Amino acid sequence: MRALVWHGTTDIRCDTVPDPRIEDDRDAIIKVTSCAICGSDLHLFDHFMPGMKKGDIMGHETMGEVVEVGSAAKSKLKIGDRIVVPFTIICGECEQCRRGNFSVCERTNRNKKLADTVFGHTTAGLFGYTHLTGGYPGGQAEYLRVPFADATHIKVPDGVPDEKLLFLSDIFPTGWQAAVQCDIEPSDTVAIWGCGPVGQMAIRSAILLGAKQVIAIDRLPERLSMAQAGGATTINFEEESTVKRLNDLTDGKGPQKCIDAVGLEAHATSTVDAMYDRAKQAMMLETDRPHVLREMIYVCRPAGTLSIPGVYGGLLDKIPFGALMNKGLTVRTGQTHVNRWTDDLLHRVLDDQIDPSFVITHKVALDQGPEMYKAFRDKQDGCIKVMLKP
Amino acid sequence: MSNVPRTALPGCSRSANDQMAKGLGYFSIALGLSEVIAAGAISRAAGLNGLHGLVRGYGGREIANGLAILTSHDPTTWVWGRVAGDVTDIATVAAGAEKMTKPRTLLALAMLAGVTALDVVCATRLAAEKGSRNSARTDYYDRSGFPKGLQAARGAARSFEAPRDFRTPDALRPHGQQQESREAAATTTPAASI
Repeated sequence: MRALVWHGTTDIRCDTVPDPRIEDDRDAIIKVTSCAICGSDLHLFDHFMPGMKKGDIMGHETMGEVVEVGSAAKSKLKIGDRIVVPFTIICGECEQCRRGNFSVCERTNRNKKLADTVFGHTTAGLFGYTHLTGGYPGGQAEYLRVPFADATHIKVPDGVPDEKLLFLSDIFPTGWQAAVQCDIEPSDTVAIWGCGPVGQMAIRSAILLGAKQVIAIDRLPERLSMAQAGGATTINFEEESTVKRLNDLTDGKGPQKCIDAVGLEAHATSTVDAMYDRAKQAMMLETDRPHVLREMIYVCRPAGTLSIPGVYGGLLDKIPFGALMNKGLTVRTGQTHVNRWTDDLLHRVLDDQIDPSFVITHKVALDQGPEMYKAFRDKQDGCIKVMLKP
Repeated sequence: MSNVPRTALPGCSRSANDQMAKGLGYFSIALGLSEVIAAGAISRAAGLNGLHGLVRGYGGREIANGLAILTSHDPTTWVWGRVAGDVTDIATVAAGAEKMTKPRTLLALAMLAGVTALDVVCATRLAAEKGSRNSARTDYYDRSGFPKGLQAARGAARSFEAPRDFRTPDALRPHGQQQESREAAATTTPAASI
């Protein structure tokens, strides 16, 4: 089959690789009908996340049709079922899964020892996202093996276009969880840093959940226009001071809820801390650029909440923990517990409350995927979200 | 299907300019190794007699710069670093040569000028790739994502009950809603389920 394969820093190729096969009774194989490039794939593309090996298949936003089912998964899946594959692989049985904390499933990371060493305790296995999370082949391919398939799937009905359903795999529930973590009150102002795909979903989620005011922060006109279309007041941080404008929009008190949809590759601005991060990162003295985190801690209203869906990879420097502590801020973060939200979100899509396909700006064939990695990373041609068709 | 912006080579995640930067990275390392290993011969060839130590130091700089280009996800800064190094090299040859009109000095300066031109071309093209947003679509004002319209969407999911473990602690809720929240919590069950 054809698949997008990681060969090194900024080197993704569409290669011919062996077809996947059933390896365990709980596996299923799907024929991929649609997949997408996620913003977090760019951290692998740029090689900011350790643990990739030459030959790894990329991708964790995938849907398709079941073509083969292991004996232990047959009670839940059958050939011909149409499923969206959540990016977190879940067993559905461990203590964390029973609590709904699917992204920290205790069983599905087959490199558990490595994760235990790095994180203290393992997190769930993920598709196409380093050997630290299991080294599972990803879904930017013609076929995908789904481990623990009896639990790791979202069944979707026929007759609804892939475009509306694909993002149940990651960015839609990720944006939703980011907003839910804020426990939004009708009087709340929610500020969202980053208007990439997750930021766009977080904006829509905050609007649906009834925030009084949603403010979106980015620097790219096309992303800000999409944010505005979704109901956000926008701030272009290259044209005005984020902190000053946020305070102006909240009677000088700051937003009650802040969402970081940027993560470890914050765009270097002219601020001192951003230049400091760039320099330290270049000298390999710091792994992440946490400018957004610092700004959120500084501007958030005391007793407010910081929600962090943005991906961080390792060691962060100069975090103003004194401000965080003294202001009594609540921090909520983590990979998304996808299956915890998808039943509800699927109904909202089917009820036309939201149509997540609004975010797709480029739709291309799988073999054009490598080119789109660069276009997406460099934000060329108004690129916000790339959908791939195998 | 959309038109693919073709800054990357067909079927490749890198552009011709990225490939050129890689080439310059390898060249930088090769040149640097030569300067470290054969500092005497190179300094004589460039008309810099007696400046072996300086040439060896410049070799170290070339190796570090080359490695940075080859390992960085974005080599633009490091290719500009090479340009800065080229300028230093030219200034050193011009200042250190015993006689500017000597053929070997002129040859060295010509070679350095050629490499500098190559580096400048590469760096400016790499920067332009990211900066060339003239063709970018900048208007997505028609993409609300709400089929029933924005006004209908505002608060449409307000009845959604956040799972208990996702709720704001009572003490941090707006004044007046704390009692209400406690009463609601007493009548609901955790939402976590498969």
